Amino acid sequence: MCTVCGCGEGETQIEGQDHQHDHGHHHHHHDENESQGHTHDYGQGPAHAHAPGLSQSRMVQIEQDILSKNNQYAATNRNYFQQHGILSLNLVSSPGSGKTTLLTRTIGDLRAEYAISVIEGDQQTANDAERIRATGAKALQINTGKGCHLDGHMVGHALETLKPDQGSLLFIENVGNLVCPAAFDLGEAHKVAILSVTEGEDKPIKYPDMFHAADLMLLNKIDLLPYLDFDVQRCIEYAQRINPKIKVLQLSATTGEGMQNWYQWIAASRQMAQVGNPAVPA
Amino acid sequence: MHEMSLCEGVLQVLEEQAVTQGYSMVKRVWLEIGALSGVEPEAMRFGFDAVMKGTLADSARLEIIHLPGEAWCMQCSKPVQVAARYEACPECGSYQLQVTGGDEMRIKELEVE
Repeated sequence: MCTVCGCGEGETQIEGQDHQHDHGHHHHHHDENESQGHTHDYGQGPAHAHAPGLSQSRMVQIEQDILSKNNQYAATNRNYFQQHGILSLNLVSSPGSGKTTLLTRTIGDLRAEYAISVIEGDQQTANDAERIRATGAKALQINTGKGCHLDGHMVGHALETLKPDQGSLLFIENVGNLVCPAAFDLGEAHKVAILSVTEGEDKPIKYPDMFHAADLMLLNKIDLLPYLDFDVQRCIEYAQRINPKIKVLQLSATTGEGMQNWYQWIAASRQMAQVGNPAVPA
Repeated sequence: MHEMSLCEGVLQVLEEQAVTQGYSMVKRVWLEIGALSGVEPEAMRFGFDAVMKGTLADSARLEIIHLPGEAWCMQCSKPVQVAARYEACPECGSYQLQVTGGDEMRIKELEVE
C-alpha cells in the first residue's frame, strides 16, 4: 500500500487484482494542488553566504495536512461517485456489531429496487465478500493485512475492479474498528456507525471521533433489549452530545424491526446524491 | 490511533518536498497536533523514530506543537476551550458545542539541509 497508511505496507490485497505496486512505495508525485512552501537556496548565515564546510540548515514552511495524500484519493473517489450518481456509504463499527448481517438483509430487501455493490474490508479472509455474493450483489474483498482501516487509495483500486453501476448503491464495509476508520475519508457520501445493544451504551463517548464523523447511527440488535441492561435513551444522548447532528435509527437486522426506516434513509440520501445529476435518469 | 501510518504519511510528504524544495536531509520536523485529533503524541514520537530510520529524516528531531481543542458554545455564544469531544462547556455546562478547532494534524515546518 502506498498511501498514507503504512501499517500494512505491501500487505493489502484486493481480490482479483495482482497489484504488486511496481510503481514503488516511495512516490515522488508532484501534485499541483499541494501547498508548496517557497524557499530560496541561499545560505542562512551572515550575508546569506555559502561557507564551505559549514552547515547550511534552512527552514521550509510546509503547512500540509498529514492526511493530505489520503484526502486526494478520497476526493477522486467522491468525484467518481458524483459523476456516476452512485450513493456510497461507509459502514463503520466495532467487530461483531452485525454489519455483515445488516448488509445481507438490506441487500435482500432492496436488490429489486437498486443495483447494489459492496466493498468488504477485513484484515484477512474473503468470508464476508462470499456472504455478500451469496445474496446476488457484486462484492469485492479487500484484505488490509496488518492494516486497521481502509483508505482512499485502496477503495480507488477496488472501484477499478468492481465497476459499480451508474446510479447504484455502494456499501463499503470498513474494518471492524471504531478508532482508525474515523480519520480516513474514502470519498463516501456518509459514514454510518453501527452500534449493537450488546455493546456498552457509552461507546459514543468512549470512541467520540467515530460518532463525530458519522451522519447516521444504527442501533442494531434491539430484539435483544429485553435481556440486556442497555439504556437506549442514554446511548442516544451520548451520541448527540458528541455530534448534535447525528441521526439515530433503532433496528434489528435479525427480526427486521425498524429496517424500513433505514431503507427510507437510504432512499432519501440516494435522491440527494442524484439531484441534478444529468448522468442519472430520474 | 494509527500513529505509525500517520508517520508514514509524514515521510511521504518529506520525500515529495525534498524534490520540489531541493534538500537531502531533514533535521527537524514540526508537527501541529490538535487536542481533538485523536493522535497520541507519545505514540507519534515512537512511530516517528522507527519510520524515519534509514530515510532522509533518519534521526531527525520531532517537535510537536500542541493545539488546544476549541468549540463554539451556543448557550454562551462565544468560543471556549475543551479537552475532549464529549466535554461540556467549561463555563455553562451545556453540551451544545460545535467543535471549531483542535483536530489538526499538520506538518508545519522543517529544518533541512
